Amino acid sequence: MTTHVSTHEQSNRYEVQKATWRTKVGLAEMLRGGVIMDVVNAEQAQIAEEAGAVAVMALERVPADIRREGGVARMSDPRMIEEIMHAVTIPVMAKCRIGHFAEAMILEALGVDFIDESEVLTPADEEHHVNKHAFKTPFVCGARDLGEALRRIGEGAAMIRTKGEAGTGNIVEAVRHMRAIMRDIRRIHSAPEDELMAIAKQLQAPYDLVVEIHQTGRLPVPNFSAGGIATPADAALMMWLGAEAVFVGSGVFKSSNPEKRARAIVDAVTYYREPEVLAEISKGLGEAMPSLDVRKLADEELMAVRGW
Amino acid sequence: MTVGVLALQGDFAEHLAMLSRLGVDTREVRKVGDLEGVDALIIPGGESTTIGKLMARYGLDAAIRARAQHGMPIYGTCAGLILLAQEIEGSNQPRLGLMDIAVVRNAFGRQIESFEADIPFAPTPDQPIRGVFIRAPIVSRVGAGVQVLSTFEDKIVAVQQGNLLATAFHPELTDDTRVHRYFLTLVK
Repeated sequence: MTTHVSTHEQSNRYEVQKATWRTKVGLAEMLRGGVIMDVVNAEQAQIAEEAGAVAVMALERVPADIRREGGVARMSDPRMIEEIMHAVTIPVMAKCRIGHFAEAMILEALGVDFIDESEVLTPADEEHHVNKHAFKTPFVCGARDLGEALRRIGEGAAMIRTKGEAGTGNIVEAVRHMRAIMRDIRRIHSAPEDELMAIAKQLQAPYDLVVEIHQTGRLPVPNFSAGGIATPADAALMMWLGAEAVFVGSGVFKSSNPEKRARAIVDAVTYYREPEVLAEISKGLGEAMPSLDVRKLADEELMAVRGW
Repeated sequence: MTVGVLALQGDFAEHLAMLSRLGVDTREVRKVGDLEGVDALIIPGGESTTIGKLMARYGLDAAIRARAQHGMPIYGTCAGLILLAQEIEGSNQPRLGLMDIAVVRNAFGRQIESFEADIPFAPTPDQPIRGVFIRAPIVSRVGAGVQVLSTFEDKIVAVQQGNLLATAFHPELTDDTRVHRYFLTLVK
């Protein structure tokens, strides 16, 4: 064991700043090009890590089961979250209810790496979301359109994901939301500067964030996709449409061969521009998750409309 | 000069942007064939387990090892540092294993412990650089041919071994181009 430190003075004083905006968004940047998988126990978490997931979302019930069982869906048992944190070395995320900052405080105390303020759980506040700037842990929030995305970033979200319609195995809503977000980003980027305030008013979005998009042509934080991804082709489609990474909820562990499907979706996000690779990895994956036609869901069954 | 950036997963776009600002031709490397004509390679931050598995599945690990052994410079940040190490404490995850170092993953703790600090960097002694550490590793052992370039609180966070450079922190997340410019001096 040899270590030698001789290249600079030992008397350096370091001023350490923790939980800066750059370290929060930075973790989101590190997850780009990856797949974040819902898992309900340590064994699934290890399967996800082995398949190449960049992170896991620890929750007691995947969205497909929440849909089926009904009732109030809350933050998961902290013991179960801890077991998953101990089982893998990759980042672990967990969900709190919209506006439920006490659940978020508990998740921060547990040390989870990202908090998802999620419409998949039953909302706790029908007017306000969590003030995410007040936390050291970074947050991800769902969005259906750019106004919603920018309101969440204004509250401190370090990552945005499309909501899609979770637990359906149906990609149509994720596509709708990603197209809407990307269309409005292009519109703002090409708009003359004197129209930005009217756009901010129309989107109900913070003006300074609209100005930032006008200058950069992109969302101020990484833009991921979630809600309905069930196949490698679904993941590739979302990457083509502008997603920088994908969340797979029920799509892996509600399928007939989770190990193989998980690995194929990981590969699809990296090689989404390569149809030959996609064709190869899509072979013989078995049955996808049971799926739902979003148009046949009653209004009260829709999760994507939760969030304000 | 063309510098490749391993683009399997992680913050490769930030490295590409920084290289473009330095006026360097770049290429995203996802397959073995992408390495042809590349003079140097950057392995970005990301999840080391994910990048390592994808490298092994698509044959990039052997191809990169062969190029490195013929002198191609490689710079790894964070996950890139882990993948360059011969020894990853407590893990048998896939790696390149090119540098005679041992590393400890997530050595500062989970995300809540991620931090920024001004740290020294031996090749640019006048001014410290802004170290952005995100679930960062440290180097716990260095072999005889390995030079330590940065320490933070007595922990080794930047090393060089000949044509191989590695940092536990992320200069690509800052506007400071000095570490990348130093890396380019290693490219012949």
